[in-house]
Amino acid sequence: MTTDRKPALRLEGIVKTFPGVRALDGVSFEVYPGEVHALMGENGAGKSTLMKVLGGIYQPEEGRIFVDEQETVMTSPLQAKAKGVMFIHQELSLANELSVAENIYLGALPRKSFGRVDWKMLFDRTDAILDRLKVGFNARTLVGDLSIANQQMVEIARALTVNARAVIFDEPTASLTDAEKVVLFEVIESLQAEGVGIVYISHRMEEIFKMTDRISVLRDGSYRGTLTTAETNEDEVTNMMIGRSLDLSRNHAHAELGDVALQVEGLSCHALFQDVSFEVREGEVLGFYGLVGAGRTEIAETLFGLRTPSAGKIFLKGQEIRIHSPIQAIQNGISLVPESRKEQGLVLGMSCRDNITLPQVDDMTAGPFVSDGAEISIFDQYRDKLEIKTPSWRTAVGNLSGGNQQKIVIGKWLSMRPEVLIVDEPTRGIDVGSKAEIHNLLRDLAKQGYAVIVISSEMPEVLHVADRIVAMYHGKVIRTFTAEEVTEDSLIQAISGIEGGKAA
Amino acid sequence: MAETNLKALGGLLARQGILVAFVVFMIAFALWNPRFIEIDNVFSVIRSSAILGVMALGVTFVVIGGNLDLSVGSLLSFSAIVVLDLHETPGFGPALAIPAMYAMTMGIGAVIGFLVGYLKLNSLIVTLGMLSAIHGLTLTWSGGQNMDIANQQETWFGIFGRGTALGIPIPVLMFGLLAAVLAIILAKTPFGRKVYAVGGNGTAATFSGIPRARVVFFTYIISSFCVATAGLIQASRTMGAQNTVGQGMELEVLAAVILGGASLLGGSGTVFKTVIGVLILGFIQNGLLLAGLEFYVQFVVTWIIIILAVWLDIATKRGKLWSPIA
Repeated sequence: MTTDRKPALRLEGIVKTFPGVRALDGVSFEVYPGEVHALMGENGAGKSTLMKVLGGIYQPEEGRIFVDEQETVMTSPLQAKAKGVMFIHQELSLANELSVAENIYLGALPRKSFGRVDWKMLFDRTDAILDRLKVGFNARTLVGDLSIANQQMVEIARALTVNARAVIFDEPTASLTDAEKVVLFEVIESLQAEGVGIVYISHRMEEIFKMTDRISVLRDGSYRGTLTTAETNEDEVTNMMIGRSLDLSRNHAHAELGDVALQVEGLSCHALFQDVSFEVREGEVLGFYGLVGAGRTEIAETLFGLRTPSAGKIFLKGQEIRIHSPIQAIQNGISLVPESRKEQGLVLGMSCRDNITLPQVDDMTAGPFVSDGAEISIFDQYRDKLEIKTPSWRTAVGNLSGGNQQKIVIGKWLSMRPEVLIVDEPTRGIDVGSKAEIHNLLRDLAKQGYAVIVISSEMPEVLHVADRIVAMYHGKVIRTFTAEEVTEDSLIQAISGIEGGKAA
Repeated sequence: MAETNLKALGGLLARQGILVAFVVFMIAFALWNPRFIEIDNVFSVIRSSAILGVMALGVTFVVIGGNLDLSVGSLLSFSAIVVLDLHETPGFGPALAIPAMYAMTMGIGAVIGFLVGYLKLNSLIVTLGMLSAIHGLTLTWSGGQNMDIANQQETWFGIFGRGTALGIPIPVLMFGLLAAVLAIILAKTPFGRKVYAVGGNGTAATFSGIPRARVVFFTYIISSFCVATAGLIQASRTMGAQNTVGQGMELEVLAAVILGGASLLGGSGTVFKTVIGVLILGFIQNGLLLAGLEFYVQFVVTWIIIILAVWLDIATKRGKLWSPIA
C-alpha cells in the first residue's frame, strides 16, 4: 500500500466501555484514499461499536478520529456525513414513498425563490449521478418500487452527492443476488478510482479476497493486526479472528440413510412455486439452493402450515397429511427454523429458557402452572447439547451473539423431537466460527437420524452440508443433484435457468 | 471519583427513574404537609385507587399483549349504568343483575377481542371507536338519565363498594385478590407466557405455533372482566351513577400501566409493577389535592406524568435522554 499518502480516515487508540464490558480496547485503524480496507471479526468483536463511534452515535472514552489528518470529534451521523464519512448500512434507511432523487437529496433539496423545490435541477443532478452508477432506474422512480439491491444503489448515490472521503459498507451483499453483487463491486471499484477510502465489513471470505487491499481484524474488542490481502489466505485470517482454523470441505461422508421421512408430490402454491416433488430420508440432509425469490422459503412455509398449497400432496412416513397451521405442522413433527432469526425465530426480550420452551409451554406444567424445573431441565439439556454460550437461562435472547441466537432457535425445535427439521438460511449474518459449528451441528443431527432440509443462498454452505441438492429456478425444481455429481458450474447453471441442468 | 459517583447516580436514575422520582416526591410532600403520610390518608389513597387499579390490572394484559384499550372508561360507565338499571328492574335484584352485567360487559370485550385478535384490526382505532360507540350505547340504555337505587336499605348491593371485611374495605380486598390471581396467571401459567410472547414478537409467536389471535382475544376478555368488576364497585359505592362516570379514565389507567413500566410496544410489564404504578398515580393526585391545587389540575398533571413516563421508558432503553436516531 502506498504509505506516502495521507490516510483518508484514521482512528487512533479508540476505547469504548459499557457497564461490565470493554467493547473497544484501544482500536487503531486507517484507510487510504483509493484503498478497500476490510474490517473483520466475529459477531461481538466490536465492529458495530466501532462504526457507531465513527458515526457519532457513541462517544469514545479515549482515542482520536482523523479525517484527512484533521482531528475530528464525531457527534452525530449528520455531522459525520458533513465531514465526508458516509455509511452504507445493511439495513436501509430510505423513505419508500419518495422518489429516488428526493431520497438522495433529502434535507438538501435544491431551492428556487420562495423556498420552492427546483425539481428540474434535482432530477438532472440525480440522473447525472445515476449515470455514473450505471443503474437501470431514474431519478423519478419511487424507492418503494426498487429491489433491495437497487435501494442500496440509492444509498451509494447519496454518498456520491457529498465529497465523501471514506465510505463504510456494512455487510453490503447480505441481501443481494450474485448478479447484483457484480454491479455493487463495479461501483466500489469506481469509488476507489475516485480516491475514496472504502471500509468493507463482511463475513464473506470470498468477497473479502476478491475486493479488498488490506484486512484488519478485531477480536473481543481489541485490534489483532492488519494483513495485506494479496499476501494472506483464508486460514490465516480465520485464525486471527477466532484463534483456530476451520474445515470447510465438501460433504462426502454419507450417513446411514433410513426410511423416507417426508415426501412431497406435485406441490404448488399459486404463482410462488409449481409442481415441486422431492423426498428426504431419515439421516439425510437435503439442500435447497436457488436465488432469492426462487420459491425455496415459500415451500418451507407451506410445509409448516403458514401458506395453503393450491395443489399437491405431502406424506409423512408414508401417511398423507394435511397442514393448515403451524400448530398442525408441529403436531405432525415438522419444525421450521425460519429465515429471519430476529423477526420470526425469537422473542428477543424473552429469556433463553422461555424461547426454547415456547412451542411446548402447554406441556411444561405441574398442575395449572408452568414448572420452572421442567423448563430449566429442557434448557440445560439443549444448552449442553448445542454448546449455547449464555451467562444464564435468564439472559434475554437479544443479548446473545447471532450464532448463539441461532442455536437457541435450533434448540427450540430439537426439543420438540421433530421428524423433519427445516432450516432456512442457517447461517445468515453469523460469523465464521459459529457458522462452522452450525454446519457441524446440522451434519450431526442427520447422523442421529433426523431428516434435515437446509435452504441456503450460499453455495459453499449447501455443498458442505447437503447429501443431495435441489436446485430451484423461478418456482420450479430444475434438478436434484447428489453430492457426487454436483459441480459449482452445473449448480449455477441450474439456478440461473441457463439450462435444464445436465449431469456434470 | 465525584464523576463516577455522578455516573452511578445517573445509571440508577435511568433504570429506576420512576421509583426514584416517586420517593423524592413522597419525601418532599411529607416535609411540606405531614398529613400526607398519615396512616389514614395512605389508606384513603389506596381505597380511592381501587377502581382505577382493578381496571389497570386488565389493561396490563392487553398492553403486554402488544395492544391498547382506550375503551375501558366508557365501558365502566356502561357496566355501572347497566347493573344499576337491572337492579331496579322488577324481578331482577342484585343476584341476577350482577351476572347479567358481567355477561354484557364481557360480550363487548369479546367483540373488541374478535376485531383486534382475529380480524387483526389496529387496536387504537378499534378501542377509540368503541369508546364512542359504548358511550352511545350507555346513553341509549339510560335514556340520558342518571341511575339511582331507590331503596338503598333493602339491598345487599352496597357491600361491594361500602362493606369491609376484617377491617379492610371490600374494594381494596377485591383489588388485592384480583391482583394476586392475575399476577399468578400472568407469571405462572402457559397463557401468561403466551401473552408475553405475542406482545414481544407476534410473528415469532406464530412461527412457534402459538395461536396469536386467541391469546389477544383473551387479553380483552380479561380486560372487560376487570372493567365489569370496577363498574360493580363504582355502582355499589355510590348506589347510583352518571352516564359519564368513567369518562377520561382510559388515560389514567394507561398512565398507571406505563408508570409501572409496561412498554407500549408490548412484551414487558408485570401485574406487581402496575399496582405500583396505580399507587404512584394515586399518591401524586392526593398530594396535589393536599397541596391545595384545584381538582381539575390533575388532568393536566396526569398527562405530564404520561409524557414523562414514556420519555423515561425510551431514554432508559437507549441509555441517554436524547438521541438523533429513534
